[in-house]
Order: sequence, then C-alpha cells, then structure tokens
Amino acid sequence: MARLKLKKLEEYLQGVDGFEQPKILLEQYPTPPHIAACMIHHMQSQHKDIEGKLVGDLGCGCGMLSIGATFMGAQLTVGFELDGDAVDTFRGNVQDMELPNVDCVRSDVLQLAGSKWEKTFDTVVMNPPFGTKHNAGMDMRFLEIALKLATGAVYSLHKTSTRAYIEKKALEWGARASVVAELRYNIDASYKFHKQKSKDIEVDFWRFEISKN
Amino acid sequence: MKLSTYNFLTSMAIKGVKVGFPLKLTINKKEEVESEFNPTFIERLLPKLDWAAIYGAAQVAELADDIPPTQPENIGENELLLQKLHHLLFEIDVLEGQLECPETGRIFPITDGIPNMLLNEDEV
Repeated sequence: MARLKLKKLEEYLQGVDGFEQPKILLEQYPTPPHIAACMIHHMQSQHKDIEGKLVGDLGCGCGMLSIGATFMGAQLTVGFELDGDAVDTFRGNVQDMELPNVDCVRSDVLQLAGSKWEKTFDTVVMNPPFGTKHNAGMDMRFLEIALKLATGAVYSLHKTSTRAYIEKKALEWGARASVVAELRYNIDASYKFHKQKSKDIEVDFWRFEISKN
Repeated sequence: MKLSTYNFLTSMAIKGVKVGFPLKLTINKKEEVESEFNPTFIERLLPKLDWAAIYGAAQVAELADDIPPTQPENIGENELLLQKLHHLLFEIDVLEGQLECPETGRIFPITDGIPNMLLNEDEV
C-alpha cells in the first residue's frame, strides 16, 4: 500500500460503520475517525509500527483501528471482540471495503493471557473499555494483556485522570510508557441518558515500548 | 479466518485442558482472496508457525501438495515455497467450518469467516 496521508486515512475511516445498537455495559462506541486516523498515522510516521507489521486490536468493536492499520499498510491485522453484533459489523465493514489481511476472532480478551498469541504481534493497538460502568479497572486488565501479546509496542487510550497510576503499572509490567498526546474525546449522546448533548472527556494517547529481554 | 490466524488458536482457556492445540479444523466453505506477497513478513512469521498444524490445515484445505510435511531448511532461499506458504496462510479464507478441541472435543464454530472462541461460564 502506498504511503497514506492523514487526511486521506481519515476520509476512508469515515466510511466505517459504527454500532447499530451500542451496548452500554460493554461501553460500545466507535473510536471517532479523526482520532483513529491521527493515532494510526502517528504510529507509522513517527515509529514505523504499522507498515509491514503484524498488528493486534484488542476489543476491536466495529474495527475502526484494525481498518485504519490495514489502510496504513499493516501486513496482517487480527481483531479480538466479545460481542457478536460488533463482530458482524466488523466483518461487514471489512467486506464492504474489500480489505484483505484483516481477521477477527470472537473471544474474551481477558482469556488471551497465556495463549499462543503471547509475543506474537509486532504492535498492539486498542481503545479499551475505560472501566466506568460496573467494570472499573477494565482498561488496566486490557493493558496488562496487551503488553504480553506485543513484541514491539502497545498503543492505547486511557483517561487522563489515571496517568500517574498507569506510569507506575507500566514500569511494573516491564514497559517504557509515554503519553503521546492528550485528546479531548467527544462521545456523542449515543447512550440515551446523557444529560448534555456531547460530553468531552480528557484522554491520554499512550505508547508503551516493550522491553527487549 | 485465514490459516495464519488458525495457527494461533487454542482451547487452552478451557478448564482442565493441558495443551489444546492444534484444533481440529473442518472447512465447509472457503474462498480465495488476493493479498500482496511479502516474503520478509513470512520469514519473520516462521518462528511463530507450528509447521505440523499448518500442514494439517493444508491437508484439510486440499493443498497438502503445496508444502512439505516438515519444515525444510533455508526456506528464505526457496521463493516458490514462500509463495505457496503465502497463498496458504493469507489467501485462503475459511468462511464456514469448525474447530475442535483435541482433548475435550468441544466445538468452536466458524461463521461468516469468524471463529467463535467464547467459552461458557462453567468451562473456564
């Protein structure tokens, strides 16, 4: 694939279908195309972590990040997703866009620890559940697993309020962590009980470099 | 489901399963897709491939003549074999079928190209 410009990538990602009926308990919302494009573009242009690589997407949902990675030249991308409806949407997106080299496995990310996927992916990307609704700490569990699956780098989003805690845990888990960017994340009122129309939350875009041991 | 993905799937998350690999593959429907040949990528992937499992999958896909039953030396110099491997790993998409745990017989269905590895509460 030819080197893609950020604007073009974002354009392509705007064509990715989101969740038809997002499930609140699973914190389902598509990573906004602009954010996904900036993330993926950064991963390749600054660190060469996408093109020609084996990429994993934990909690891939409808596939925004997986598809972004594929457009950016990932040689093979595997998405992991729990929810059957999301998996169907993922598959529909990949078929509509006629993308080769993307697979989806319906599974529980938390069961990937100790699996054959460990130390398999060059790069793991994810927008994990933040652990707000009844599953606090879920993003940390995703992160711990991601760090086991990757050999090169893990890219993830976490609430800014958890920054110090993540820095500490990353060290414990043997990774060099850095905040790449601070994002203001806009989750449109996809859940009916949002009081305000649009809610901005502060999110850090992290890069974790796996220690070569 | 590409056969490259198949290479990594196990049933080891099931309680009591010791190895859970390789899963017994059944293909009911498959299609061929085109993907760009990248020999460097295949060579990097080789150490992570279980050749016996891949050969077994090749037999199920009726492509067993394409690769030898055991991993030969110096694959990097064998362009033809790399191309066959490429085709096997990335250009066969299993659309309908199943995967079976070698220890418990538990079936994981493959539907619309996606293997469902979810376990029930009592299996974990």
